[in-house]
Amino acid sequence: MQKQRKLAREVAVVGAGMSRFGMFPEKNSKDLFVEAFNEAVASVDKGMDPQDIDALYLGNFSNDFFVHQAHWGPLLTDIIGLAPKPATRTEGACASSALSFREGVFAIASGFYDIVLVGGVEEMSKRTTEEVTEGLALATTPYEMKVGFTFPGVFGAIATAYFAKYGASREHLMNVTIKSHNNAPLNPKAQFNASIRDIMNSRIERARQREQPIPTWQDEKEFLRDERANPTVAWPMKLYDCCPISDGASCMILTAGEIARNFTDKPLYVAGIGQGSGRGLHAAEDITYFEATRYAAQEAYQMSGLKPEDIQFSEVHDCFSIAEIIHTEDLGFFKPGEGYKAVEEGLTRLDGSKPINTSGGLKCKGHPVGATGIGQLYEVWKQLRGEAGDRAVPIKDLRIGAAHNLGGTGGTCTFTILERR
Amino acid sequence: MEERPFTDLSYEQFLNEEKIMGCRCKKCQALYLPPRPICIKCFGDKMEWVEMKGKGKLAAFTCIGIGPPFMMEEGFDRNNPYCSGVVELEEKVRIDARIEGFDTSKPETIKVGTPVTVEFLHRGEGENMRTFPAFKPV
Repeated sequence: MQKQRKLAREVAVVGAGMSRFGMFPEKNSKDLFVEAFNEAVASVDKGMDPQDIDALYLGNFSNDFFVHQAHWGPLLTDIIGLAPKPATRTEGACASSALSFREGVFAIASGFYDIVLVGGVEEMSKRTTEEVTEGLALATTPYEMKVGFTFPGVFGAIATAYFAKYGASREHLMNVTIKSHNNAPLNPKAQFNASIRDIMNSRIERARQREQPIPTWQDEKEFLRDERANPTVAWPMKLYDCCPISDGASCMILTAGEIARNFTDKPLYVAGIGQGSGRGLHAAEDITYFEATRYAAQEAYQMSGLKPEDIQFSEVHDCFSIAEIIHTEDLGFFKPGEGYKAVEEGLTRLDGSKPINTSGGLKCKGHPVGATGIGQLYEVWKQLRGEAGDRAVPIKDLRIGAAHNLGGTGGTCTFTILERR
Repeated sequence: MEERPFTDLSYEQFLNEEKIMGCRCKKCQALYLPPRPICIKCFGDKMEWVEMKGKGKLAAFTCIGIGPPFMMEEGFDRNNPYCSGVVELEEKVRIDARIEGFDTSKPETIKVGTPVTVEFLHRGEGENMRTFPAFKPV
């Protein structure tokens, strides 16, 4: 049994911003972060003087590798006018900014600061696909990397173990892809704003214009089965099982709970926050779940007094389709081995009983890895404040949402529950 | 052999010598592969080397077409994927390994649970030699 955690004082989110995610050859990390920062400041309902921010916590996995520039904290405190106030970088692979959020929360809860900026950034698209694959693989364990594993490979292997244990198949993974792509057109900041059906129609139209043979896919699954339309990346992960290569930035303004209402009448409170560590494929308790997620979830649930059924919707780390299924089991939304059935039954759709990845998920929204953790919380912010537009979760009293972030081979996992009161 | 420290470097040196070496905690008998300097069950720090028999079952696998440069240099690409996987050894520990001897162009025919046996793939020479643990169907 884990220890019951609590914050020494309450922490609230009073502002949030996110750049659009995508591939932006003409923008660098500073440009993207300024975009997110400006939106975050503007989103503070009663206004905030940026000079009142005490510190920056910044998640970044590996701009060192991707753009050959390290030490992003002070570069960003400089560009937004926060220097000489302190900047601290956190690194937890694809969970880097869930960690910066967490450090910001602790800094306020400790009483040291009252207002902090937490954020994340990554600039990946200036490298080739092969190079990005290599860069991301730096976050596998050395034993995985040395026998040729890439991240699509790690999750492909996890999928084969899951299939063998529970009788699921590639057909079930397609349900995740189709669901996420149905949410994406409703998110103006998503990298891919198209449903699978939209993509099929545009391919058919293009073939017609070029007077090429017209594809005859009967439905989305037939499209996804087509090796030419959906080529294999690392069996059984195909292109449409994998998140894209992205640039982007995200940030949030956190304050002590007791001053939150000076800034907005609609603050969100940190109800539960958890983090765990994993051990890689060779040493994990089991290859079909992530013990770090289970640990993080238990910590967050215990702290909040909430149960999985109390979480009204959640963003989960769908770097690959199989990952989304496993996370929904590890977070307790569905029993082990039943996550894939829940997707098939439509339970995780926007209008289902447990909407998952209303943003379109990493698959469609994009995955600039260091920006992702707070990018997920940005979706929770939008939903809980009633600002999610056409993708609003259709529940009358939307009060509790959560985000699950994963780094590496489940090496760093977090679960964060936000609450509107 | 007993003198070697329980480190990644020793693990790799043993692979070069065509041995898969794990370690056992002298206090609680817990078995580890790769070796660890500290027992994570009882926190004892007295270990002894144990050689694995090199037999097991395929626990998970993937066929990769876009890999790191050292794999692409061997001639693998999107049309000629290589297989990496996880093997559950008879000793009840797992090892990450290359998987050989399957048709990677038909990955749907590769089955989790297939009995496999070790072979060692040596690449490079002299100081630069590295050895991949690899497994092939029995």
